[in-house]
Amino acid sequence: MSELTLKANIDRPDDFYADLLAAHEGLPKAQSDALNARLILVLANQVGDREVLKDALAAAKQAMHRDPARS
Amino acid sequence: MTKIFETPLYPYERSADQDAAEPVRHPVVVIGAGPIGLAAAIDLARHDVPVVILDENDKVSWGSRAICFAKRPLEILDRLGCGQEMVDKGVQWNLGKVFFGDRKVYDFNLLPEEGHHRPAFINLQQYYFEEYLVNRARALEAEGKPIDLRGGSKVTAVEAKDDGVLLTVETPDGPYRIAADWVIACDGAGSPVRSMMGLDFVGRVFEDNFLIADVVMEAGFPTERWFWFDPPFNKGQSALLHKQPDNVWRIDLQLGWDIDKEKEKKPENVIPRLKAMLGEDAKFELEWVSIYTFQCRRMEKFRHGRVIFAGDAAHQVSPFGARGANSGLQDTDNLIWKLKLVMEGKAPETLLDSYDAERVHAADENILNSSRSTDFITPKSDQSRIFRDAVLDLAEHFEFARPIVNSGRLSVPATYDGSPLNGPDVAGMPDRTRPGAPAVDAPIGNGWLLSRLGDRFQLMTIDADAPDRIDVEGIEVERLELSTNDDPSGALAERYLGDAQAGIYLMRPDQHVAARWTKFNEAELRSAVNTATGALSNRVETPD
Ligand SMILES: Cc1cc2nc3c(=O)[nH]c(=O)nc-3n(C[C@H](O)[C@H](O)[C@H](O)COP(=O)(O)OP(=O)(O)OC[C@H]3O[C@@H](n4cnc5c(N)ncnc54)[C@H](O)[C@@H]3O)c2cc1C
Repeated sequence: MSELTLKANIDRPDDFYADLLAAHEGLPKAQSDALNARLILVLANQVGDREVLKDALAAAKQAMHRDPARS
Repeated sequence: MTKIFETPLYPYERSADQDAAEPVRHPVVVIGAGPIGLAAAIDLARHDVPVVILDENDKVSWGSRAICFAKRPLEILDRLGCGQEMVDKGVQWNLGKVFFGDRKVYDFNLLPEEGHHRPAFINLQQYYFEEYLVNRARALEAEGKPIDLRGGSKVTAVEAKDDGVLLTVETPDGPYRIAADWVIACDGAGSPVRSMMGLDFVGRVFEDNFLIADVVMEAGFPTERWFWFDPPFNKGQSALLHKQPDNVWRIDLQLGWDIDKEKEKKPENVIPRLKAMLGEDAKFELEWVSIYTFQCRRMEKFRHGRVIFAGDAAHQVSPFGARGANSGLQDTDNLIWKLKLVMEGKAPETLLDSYDAERVHAADENILNSSRSTDFITPKSDQSRIFRDAVLDLAEHFEFARPIVNSGRLSVPATYDGSPLNGPDVAGMPDRTRPGAPAVDAPIGNGWLLSRLGDRFQLMTIDADAPDRIDVEGIEVERLELSTNDDPSGALAERYLGDAQAGIYLMRPDQHVAARWTKFNEAELRSAVNTATGALSNRVETPD
């Protein structure tokens, strides 16, 4: 089926980013974490394709910053 | 009133073996008269293979333990001759509710597929399940079948040799020894046989405890499965309520890891917990209470020469998903026909290694499913709890999240993909009846397909020609002639033909598919029977 796209694909990225921050605005950490988890699940369902989801998990892991001070 | 599980059903009686000068030799000895040992012995006796069953006890399971029995085991019990009693007594259910905190997040209907004789599930106390098996064993004995059930007979030593096994049996009259060509060890999760043979049992212990209570109450709860995540009456934990026959309700309350088991089991501590759940005014009586730590483990190999392990002795799963007894019955279903062919010299001893291959594969599937349920119910980290709660919150609003909620995936039989016994397949025929799969039931005339299958190799033809009987080196293959006209509902065609116009299925004695074609070819059939009985050396080359 489709492949994971790692090229820029979001229309007006600044607006999306602002929406993302706005959704978390004023939430305590626990609620922000819960919101993120729900968002991941909603988006994963939209993707659906298990191969694409695996590639997305791998891409997210690959970009992990290996600075010990941040681990 | 004395409960059935308090009544000795097979009290110790002195056996002639105890007075013999030399250990008497038996073709098969089954150790353990739990559900799995009883099923194994019944299957053997039905086929006129003499069998002795030894159990240290003389009663059925103390308290209920297993309550949920799935369709495939019921079909196996039909073959053994006691499925109907179970279904008549059992409670059928299709509806379930899932709660999170104090909200109901959704309900579901299992909506079983039409065109099957047996329901998707019944709930039945394990003590009834075992009682009906004991009754069946007694009925076979009365018909003159060679089945000898010995209570009060504890196996205390096992000496395995290349050509048999020597057992020491402790009784109220002191110990005696018997010999066996074959031993089937069904002595439960703590298997003393396994320990006596120094064998492994590796896996995972879940750091959690569950209070399991069966209560008798006249309650207005419907016949549904109710599951709570983090309910107000058991904060941070889970709970389950499920109905059994005779107004008995199963309640599971998760307790967490750091608890005092003996204290938690005391009625003065159990009753307030149940009242918090059922309401202060609920009138109930405690039938049975126990505390479990769940484990998922299995032996590396189920066959050790002449000693073959089945049921909980071979593998143990956490109860979420009802896979213990259900999968144990599939073990003996898989084993007995193979053992019989080997004992008759019609198949090489190596056929028994396919029991190992197929049932280890099934055990791994069960352990995977039951570990995943346990991980959902008891999140192991902050992050997994965040995701678990996110799934539940979403499930309240959106249908897409409901299949992710995992309060136990109910038991379905394993398909033996990749089994060395599997023969040819045909592209375009239905996936669910591929080689290795258990037969899927369908209505045939006034009856059911599965009642016409089993116990022997059969060639099931659907709108196709084939000889009525073929002998493949001593193995009779009998034709079962069917037509799509036998089933106006179309289920037979949908389940067995798919894109094909006609179908020929080689069925194993355990009702699993061995091979399939769209037209009959004798050389290919012979080759497939040889493959399915482990007689690979006799393999016939198939023409191309
Ligand atoms: C709370 C709970 C809920 C469950 N729910 C379900 C469910 O819904 N569905 C399901 O399918 N499964 C369920 N199970 C699992 C199910 O109870 C077991 O899988 C099943 O009992 C296994 O049967 P068995 O015959 O292998 O072993 P057991 O039932 O343990 O029987 C072993 C027998 O061996 C005998 N024995 C032991 N040692 C010796 C010896 N040295 N000599 C002679 N005899 C001996 C014992 O007396 C016993 O009779 C549940 C289990 C629990 C604890």
